[in-house]
Amino acid sequence: MASARLKVPKKAKKGDIITVKSLIKHKMETGQRKGKDGKPIPRMIIKKVSATYNGVEVFSADWAPAVSANPFLSFKVRATESGTIELKWTDDNGKVVSQSAKITVQ
Amino acid sequence: MKMRQLLLALTFATTGTLAVTGLGLGLVIGQTTAAKAEGIRSGYSYATKETQGLQDDDMSNPGYLWVDTGEDLWSKAEGDAGKSCNDCHGDAAESMKKAGVSYPKYKDDIGKLQNIEQRINQCRTDNMKAKAWKWESSQLLGMTTYVRNQSRGLPVSVAVDGPAAPFFAKGEAFFNQRRGLLDMACKHCHEDNAGNKIRANVLSEGQINGFPVYRLKWGKVGSTHRRFRGCNKQVRAKPFKNGSDEYVNLELYVAWRGRGLGVETPAVRN
Ligand code: HEC
Ligand code: HEC
Repeated sequence: MASARLKVPKKAKKGDIITVKSLIKHKMETGQRKGKDGKPIPRMIIKKVSATYNGVEVFSADWAPAVSANPFLSFKVRATESGTIELKWTDDNGKVVSQSAKITVQ
Repeated sequence: MKMRQLLLALTFATTGTLAVTGLGLGLVIGQTTAAKAEGIRSGYSYATKETQGLQDDDMSNPGYLWVDTGEDLWSKAEGDAGKSCNDCHGDAAESMKKAGVSYPKYKDDIGKLQNIEQRINQCRTDNMKAKAWKWESSQLLGMTTYVRNQSRGLPVSVAVDGPAAPFFAKGEAFFNQRRGLLDMACKHCHEDNAGNKIRANVLSEGQINGFPVYRLKWGKVGSTHRRFRGCNKQVRAKPFKNGSDEYVNLELYVAWRGRGLGVETPAVRN
């Protein structure tokens, strides 16, 4: 999937705080700009991003039009067990992009 | 009388100093010229800390979304020949390493310069029997960014002698030519005023070692020629077409100005 990137440390010690980093390709049209024809360009942003760790939600955010195009997101989470971290981005059209990464916890 | 002697002495001293200063000046000029080749600065060094920070981490640099696009396309077979880039070139990390530093290049078969986008499209049309990608399409930007990213850190090194020489000369003339309603040449902003402010922007040397760059203002990656067009429009001059001979020649001259700078593709700029 070329439109999003996710980076999670491959390995961590149980109890460590790890950093999850992500990027997604999205124009994040604010809805406040006007096109060349003078008409407003409809809002088209990622309105929600959420992360699960082995299926349990560990992070979620509602985004507003002030978030930049192709937004970068990073957050911290405690490494508890081996498994999968998955991010999901949902935009105004209801289109969902997801990206997941594996982590081994010792 | 005493006063007069003192004055004379002073004059002498001053002349003495001047002579020395003169020598010093000679040295300084020599140094400046020598330092110019080494003291070339990438646009990175003029960028804000925040912008530099975005570029520094591959995970926060949005330009990598385009590198990923290029990587996906690299092994995708397209066109009547049923081939992908990978079928002929194999691992891009090896085969494309040099390509990012050496374009534009003189090509015998066309009798003029060719830049990296055009080289990629030549492979599409001639080797893959596929359609050329449009300039500024996500495919051509993605592939160009991916190919140049393989040269990251390597010094820009273009050939400007031999058959490239007349095209290089045209590029140089373009760079120094006043144009537009504002009657300004590239050099007036990027050579004479590098480091100075123009409205809210700090002017850089106008180097292209980071192209295609992710521009915050564009909200995406853009090509060298898109940037040239923007700079032409800023002075109310008519921009040339992407891929025009004028811009390819100019690109060679601008690449040469930044010879030795490490490739930063995809750089982040505001
Ligand atoms: C059928 C084989 C074939 C395919 C497919 C192909 N190429 Fe090429 N490519 C070549 C040949 C042959 C050359 C010329 C090699 C040389 O001049 O040393 C070349 C040269 C290049 C160069 C210049 C390299 C340099 O160091 O100057 C680039 C860049 C390039 N190809 C990119 C691509 C890309 C990107 C694709 C896919 C979109 C692609 N090629 C697909 C055969 C192919
Ligand atoms: C009126 C001033 C002005 C003129 C004339 C001008 N530019 Fe620019 N240029 C800018 C500004 C402002 C920027 C953005 C800040 C910076 O990097 O200098 C810029 C940026 C650039 C960049 C991007 C640098 C980077 O690191 O990403 C390039 C390349 C460039 N200009 C090339 C040119 C060329 C080639 C010409 C002549 C065709 C030209 N410029 C003429 C003002 C000018």
